[in-house]
Amino acid sequence: MTGNEPPSDRHSDRSANSTTAKKLTRRGFLKGAGITAASTALIEGVQGFQQEALAATPEHVKEYGPEAAPVTLHINGREHTVRIEPRTTLAEALRVELGMTGTKISCDRGVCSSCTVWLDKMPVNSCMTLAVDAVDHQITTIEGLSVDNEVHPLQEAFVRHDAMQCGFCTPGMVMSSAALLERNPHPSEADVRMAVSGNLCRCGTYPKIFAAVLDVSSHQATKA
Amino acid sequence: MNSFSLADCTSLESALSELKSGAVVKAGGVDLLDRMKNGTDTPTRLVNIRRISELRGIHETSDGLTIGALTTLAEIADDPTIRSQYTILSDACGHAATPHIRNMATIGGNVLQELQCWYFRSAEFQCIRKGKEQCFAFSGLNQYHAIMDYGGCPSVAPSSGAVALLALNGTIELTSAARGKRMVAIKDFYIHPDANPHRFNVKADDEILTAIHIPQPAPGTRSAYQKYGEKESHDWAIADAGILLEMDGDQCKRAVVTMGAASPVVRRSQEAEAVLTGKRITEQTARAAGKAAMTGAMPLSMNAYKVQLFPVAIYRTVLLAAGQMERDPSAAG
Repeated sequence: MTGNEPPSDRHSDRSANSTTAKKLTRRGFLKGAGITAASTALIEGVQGFQQEALAATPEHVKEYGPEAAPVTLHINGREHTVRIEPRTTLAEALRVELGMTGTKISCDRGVCSSCTVWLDKMPVNSCMTLAVDAVDHQITTIEGLSVDNEVHPLQEAFVRHDAMQCGFCTPGMVMSSAALLERNPHPSEADVRMAVSGNLCRCGTYPKIFAAVLDVSSHQATKA
Repeated sequence: MNSFSLADCTSLESALSELKSGAVVKAGGVDLLDRMKNGTDTPTRLVNIRRISELRGIHETSDGLTIGALTTLAEIADDPTIRSQYTILSDACGHAATPHIRNMATIGGNVLQELQCWYFRSAEFQCIRKGKEQCFAFSGLNQYHAIMDYGGCPSVAPSSGAVALLALNGTIELTSAARGKRMVAIKDFYIHPDANPHRFNVKADDEILTAIHIPQPAPGTRSAYQKYGEKESHDWAIADAGILLEMDGDQCKRAVVTMGAASPVVRRSQEAEAVLTGKRITEQTARAAGKAAMTGAMPLSMNAYKVQLFPVAIYRTVLLAAGQMERDPSAAG
């Protein structure tokens, strides 16, 4: 796993076009554009704090907290500055501070992986990652998988295979299996099972999830 | 989670100097955040060592292997040298928790995880480990607890990495600002509850676990680890087995049999080792080793099934190590 490179070529040219991205999210649809515009203004408002937080810290040590302070996160190819305490998890920063509610919090203990995001393309539990630990890493969330109003092939396959029931595990399932396809475009079913072995689906939709991932894999094979 | 300040360190020296009274070291943070979310641990100062690159990586030395404390379980599980020569360790690290946690959790943190006992890990129960007199597990729900050598606390050793490292005769490197480096054999690293119920290991508060050293296994060594749980993934073992066999042809010259989920401290079973040493590895000797490992078992009210399960884990893992059986598809992880 390499460090500070964009999640992939298809993500690297992501623009700040939040209007198109919003069309794909159920909650974005419900919330409407107003709230997003307001939170963008808030984020820009705290940019000014950035300098003072970086000053007055000795070499090799960066101080955080306990009070909230601005922290810059690289998410889906864009920089976002959020004002958070050190105890804020990455999942909380995404959902509560940035309104990116595609990432789910279910167990909040790293058991169910519904909070799966990529840190430099590696799937991790954002509920067990402090947001400050994600600084200087490229974070990819479920919102970042869709590019220019075009859903990721895996998301299409999940729809085609009806690979969800209540849907709460789905973002995590998609992120775990999309990470697998990034490093192994043609996985076996055993590989798929292993990749999502941390993702719990209490509806029991696993067979359709495996089928959806393998479908994308075979589709990629015919194109190759 | 309680409020805290955090010193995000990028050098070992800076982390050691930040490690003043009351400060707690955080690496991958998986076990620490779990305890903080449970409310059992409420540190107000964390020293974050996660970004210290000098503590990360796998290095082959003239006489074995040095693994930086921040090396993740996934990195260890995927390392070709460890997979071929220290198979028991890649097995143990590659089947701990979930793929996601293995991408975050470090080997140092795995070894330093606190005990598995749902009373100990709940803020609602003040037990013998927390300075009180009582153990709730003996008379309570104890189906996942220890079956042998537990003394006054039947919690179980949580680290599958330690089960492998004990078999490999690994050494823990501890570093402090005041005293520099010291080495502790993994067999001497953990403290039995009867010796001191309030400390689980010999690491002092001002020390950071910086590396793990593993001697090169003798020629002809084969090893394996398997764990059994209620779930295929995430869960800690209810029975597990680390097996290391030094083979001379089809004769086993030396055997090491280790277990984690049997007792509060990872243990070797000399009884099982005696059964295997000097013998050919067959289904019969493997089964006899599993049975011998349960010598002295004293199950609690709800966990007698573990006395049945451990011999199976050991028998199958002996045969796996010997190359006579595939990895058990019903094993966890």
